[in-house]
Amino acid sequence: MSVQDIATSEMPFVAQKANTDFEVRSENAMCVNSSELDKPLFTNIKYALAGILFGIILVKAEVISWFRIQEMFRLQSFHMYGVIGSAVAVGIISVFLIKKFKVKSIDGEAINLEPKKFNKGQIYGGLTFGLGWAITGACPGPLFAQIGTGATVIVVTLLCAIGGTWVYGKFKDKLPH
Amino acid sequence: MLEWIKQPWPWYVAGPLIGLMVPALLLLGNKTFGISSSLRHVCASCIPAGIPFFKYDWKKEIWNLFFVAGILVGGIIAAQLLSNPEPVLVNSKLSQELATYGVTNYAGIVPADLFSWSELLTARGFIMIVVGGFLVGFGTRYAGGCTSGHAIMGLSNLQWPSLVATCCFMAGGFIMTNLILPYILKL
Repeated sequence: MSVQDIATSEMPFVAQKANTDFEVRSENAMCVNSSELDKPLFTNIKYALAGILFGIILVKAEVISWFRIQEMFRLQSFHMYGVIGSAVAVGIISVFLIKKFKVKSIDGEAINLEPKKFNKGQIYGGLTFGLGWAITGACPGPLFAQIGTGATVIVVTLLCAIGGTWVYGKFKDKLPH
Repeated sequence: MLEWIKQPWPWYVAGPLIGLMVPALLLLGNKTFGISSSLRHVCASCIPAGIPFFKYDWKKEIWNLFFVAGILVGGIIAAQLLSNPEPVLVNSKLSQELATYGVTNYAGIVPADLFSWSELLTARGFIMIVVGGFLVGFGTRYAGGCTSGHAIMGLSNLQWPSLVATCCFMAGGFIMTNLILPYILKL
């Protein structure tokens, strides 16, 4: 039996066994809590603080401004390309360094990044989200920040986005992936 | 110092700071940067309706809800304490075009001429606020991530599916802005 035979004969077993909570949570999700630790609820305050910082950056850099998004998609300004490009560059260097030096989290846990599998949802869903992004001038994160700045009607946009997520979940199996 | 912070931040300051959210969340607790999942956790916690996609222990992902609550508070702080009284400066071509649709108010982060409670009941406002929101929520989950999860986190980890998703985000945005949105704004 070659290595490949073992791999293929093991496949159905793996797929069946993998039907755990983590598998459901990671279904069509980029960001999944891969930490194995069970931490008390209040320790999540640090993520709220990170969120506050992120929210301030989003507002002060005007990346959540509807006007900046319009400029980006009309190629009338470099601003958004500069922001996303430099963010990705810093992200790539950071992830490279974390992997190279096997940096651990502050809880001493090894940092592991799950590879992402391709499916057609990334094309169809990506295009759909792009249409919505250009209309609302916001991705999910900016929606929260826009509401914070006092644009209260964006609460409706957020509720509709939650509705859109729910409709996706409901019809997931009928959609091409 | 405070005066400097109050001005709009240039891309070369904001971009790297956003990029640093990636290692910050990894180091704080092995969390991968991503925001659209929070919408799914809201569904899972409030309206799961027996749908398998929402049947998971959302409490394990609760950090994500703390993170987005923080973003909301960050928006409040930035608007109340660090705000720049000047209207946003945009490319003159854009302001000329928007003026033809009656969009002339540059005071807010979103144009009050399009996004307001009174606009919500008009055809244009309904499409912008309701349909737009639906497309964002449906599309990000279908794609498995948004600008943060795919374009920043996914690309930082050199995931090619994330590059495909990011290119599709941009393609969708270009199509909407240049081919469809002019008709919506004319309504």
